[in-house]
Amino acid sequence: MRGAKSAKWVAGAAIIALAATACGGGDSDSGKDMNSGKADPNGILTAQLSEPQNPLQPANAKESQGSRVLRAIFAGLVDYEPGTGKLTYVNAESVTPNADSSVWTVKLKPGWKFHDGTPVTAKSYVDSWNWSANVKNNQTNSSWFQDIKGYSDVHPDKGDPKKTEMEGLKVVDENSFTISLTGSVSYFAYKLGYDVWSPLPESFFKDPKAAGQKPIGNGPYKFVSWDHNKMIKVRKFDGYQGPNKAKNGGIDFKNYTTAEAAYSALRSDQLDWIEQVPVTALKNYKQDLGDRAIDQEYSAVQSIVPAFYTKQFKNINPKVIQGLSMAIDRDTITKTVLNGTRTPADSYVARGVLGYKPGALGDIVKYDPAKAKALIKEGGGVPGDKISIQFNADQPHKAWVDAVCNSIRQATGVECVGDSKPDFATDLNARDGKKVKSMYRGGWVLDYPVNSNFMRDLYGTTAAGNTSGYSNKAFDELASKADKAKTLDETVKMYQEAEQLLAKDMPSIPLWFYKVNSGQSKNVFGKIVYGQDGDPIFTDVQVKSKK
Amino acid sequence: MGRYVARRLLQMIPVFIGTTLLIFLMVHILPGDPIRAMWGDKAADPAQVEALRHKFGLDQSLPMQYINYMKDLFQLDFGETFGGRPVWDEMSRAFPVTIRLTIVAMAIEMVVGLSLGAWAGLKAGKAPDTGVLIFTLVVISIPVFILGYVARFIFADTLHWVAPNVEDSMDITQLFLPGFVLAMLSMAYVARLTRTTFAENLRADYMRTALAKGLPRRRIVGVHLLRNSLIPVVTFLGTDVGGFIGGAVVTEGIFNVQGVGNLLYRALQQREGSTIVGVVTVFVLIILVINLIVDLLYAVLDPRIRYA
Repeated sequence: MRGAKSAKWVAGAAIIALAATACGGGDSDSGKDMNSGKADPNGILTAQLSEPQNPLQPANAKESQGSRVLRAIFAGLVDYEPGTGKLTYVNAESVTPNADSSVWTVKLKPGWKFHDGTPVTAKSYVDSWNWSANVKNNQTNSSWFQDIKGYSDVHPDKGDPKKTEMEGLKVVDENSFTISLTGSVSYFAYKLGYDVWSPLPESFFKDPKAAGQKPIGNGPYKFVSWDHNKMIKVRKFDGYQGPNKAKNGGIDFKNYTTAEAAYSALRSDQLDWIEQVPVTALKNYKQDLGDRAIDQEYSAVQSIVPAFYTKQFKNINPKVIQGLSMAIDRDTITKTVLNGTRTPADSYVARGVLGYKPGALGDIVKYDPAKAKALIKEGGGVPGDKISIQFNADQPHKAWVDAVCNSIRQATGVECVGDSKPDFATDLNARDGKKVKSMYRGGWVLDYPVNSNFMRDLYGTTAAGNTSGYSNKAFDELASKADKAKTLDETVKMYQEAEQLLAKDMPSIPLWFYKVNSGQSKNVFGKIVYGQDGDPIFTDVQVKSKK
Repeated sequence: MGRYVARRLLQMIPVFIGTTLLIFLMVHILPGDPIRAMWGDKAADPAQVEALRHKFGLDQSLPMQYINYMKDLFQLDFGETFGGRPVWDEMSRAFPVTIRLTIVAMAIEMVVGLSLGAWAGLKAGKAPDTGVLIFTLVVISIPVFILGYVARFIFADTLHWVAPNVEDSMDITQLFLPGFVLAMLSMAYVARLTRTTFAENLRADYMRTALAKGLPRRRIVGVHLLRNSLIPVVTFLGTDVGGFIGGAVVTEGIFNVQGVGNLLYRALQQREGSTIVGVVTVFVLIILVINLIVDLLYAVLDPRIRYA
């Protein structure tokens, strides 16, 4: 009853919202304006941001909101080139491995300063990492440091930490330090691009809690103020020496209660960038905004994952899963139900990541009802002839889950239903507790742009991200061999081989890659450029001069 | 009078403890772990999850958690959010906004609702009465949700009388449109309630007496009729404050008002027990106090009512 009622409400609201957007569409101008006029190097950009969940400490932003601010305030050792995912140096002059990639030497560019004027040294990094890794300091991203030798001393599985410093981190001199890892990781430098690895000034450690409210970083912007639930202000840091100097005067991160509110603010030019176009406006936003509409792919994949601990999938023939995959009409679903907000996936690894191979999964992700049926039959059929897909109903997943189920049902005759959990916490509870009945929705946004992140961290037998109970010895062996490879190229190649192994074994069914559907206001000069993680590169955004 | 108030205040204590306990249980009994949920699709580190659960006292037994919470509460400590900020601080930012919104809505509701109702009541059975009946019927049958979007479309997007969003939640002039939307439903009820009591009281004995005394019509309607007709309306207005705060979850969301409704909504999404229980506790207190004021108002409105 309740569900039906609220669905009607939503439908009603959608109609009105659509009507509203359609009628207001006349005032949208063409893109000619976007590049006309002049950029104001001191113009202030207004961007959407929900209240960060945690204090602004580098290793404490598990969600994108806190991360967005941290990336403005802090600069790390390295960054990635958008589009190719290639590594570029920011604060580091070089990051070099030894012969087996187990010890890394970092050299810093000298003369960098924090916003409070104190120098950025090797110690700033080492102290920061030691503090963030310590289990007692309650940083949500603390496990990012687990590759470093001595991590278990500061972050034991149980009880209090034995030490406050990881033995793997050694300061050599003012501008260089070494990192010893517990094993070989040829792509370790790539991990260093995440905000967790930022340096911290000495003042931080005197009062970390206060510093979380008023962060002092070394990045392109300095923190100005945080009016909770309303606005965070950052301004250009004139002393910044990195390659990504801000091309605007600063950013006002403004909080909006709903995507609809933010969208209407964007259309009246009170807001210069929104995170995501509201579902109700997806059909029309390109007409509304013209060239100012943003439609940008980023490196994240959504899939459905069989729970291999269930009776149904315990000893399943992979051909059955391949068959199910071929029964899903990805092209039509992404175009209709999802309004073009996703693009069909053709590999386990998302586009834009090092080692992504177009069409890696070949026919397995092509819609072919006849072959799907044949494969399932060949594999012995789906036990019980019925599957369910678990998802969380607090996000708009129901529409596509129903569409996928329909597609499977029509193509193969296998019964398929959605298994709705009221919210994400309940959904995760079932996943972690191995209580999923058949299959579940899985999503993965890149941590670092190397293909290993989309495979080893998800399908390795002991990987923390592997909650489906999947285990493949051959894959595990190949992955650990790949991690020890001499060069990154070799690692990437070996993981590409591993992807073919997975294609035969089907640990999950990739559905589609994510896209950002967003927009920019008339105040922005030129088009906003995006990074691989689905967030704009704010330092490159230019604001129009108001004359 | 004093004893009556004292008794009522004492009665509030069990009501207060009962409601907080219920809310507390409801929040904490839900399946799923809000701490684990911070990691989302990514793998959570069990040691860190455990450390955080310990930090927020979630590793203790439920009764223990409640006792600790109440202990802090009596020292006016509402606990901390998952982000490590005092819940009190969050609330003191949000409540002034919602109180402003409620005042705007209340004012609109009383002025418009009462006048419409009085008009219809005085002209019972005639065209104005039918007109008000139809109008209120329409308003009552449309959900706030849709009313909000329609109002924004008409007043902001088409007529450009107001901005589509509230940019500064503390500015009372910007709260006019959301306040109007929030008030609509109750306004319709107030109009109907006033209309009925007006129509009924028009035939009361004291009205005939007043008329026989030769009082001017303005005084009869303005004092005798209005005052006596207010009792049911005041009762409704009192209970309605609670409704406003509930309705604010939707209205505040639509118009970008950073008030309590929005705070509560976010806390529910993150299952942040301390904020949810804190906000609801303050709600309960507000509603209890307002009910007491309403009861005391009866005596003012109707001299026949006396509290011992």
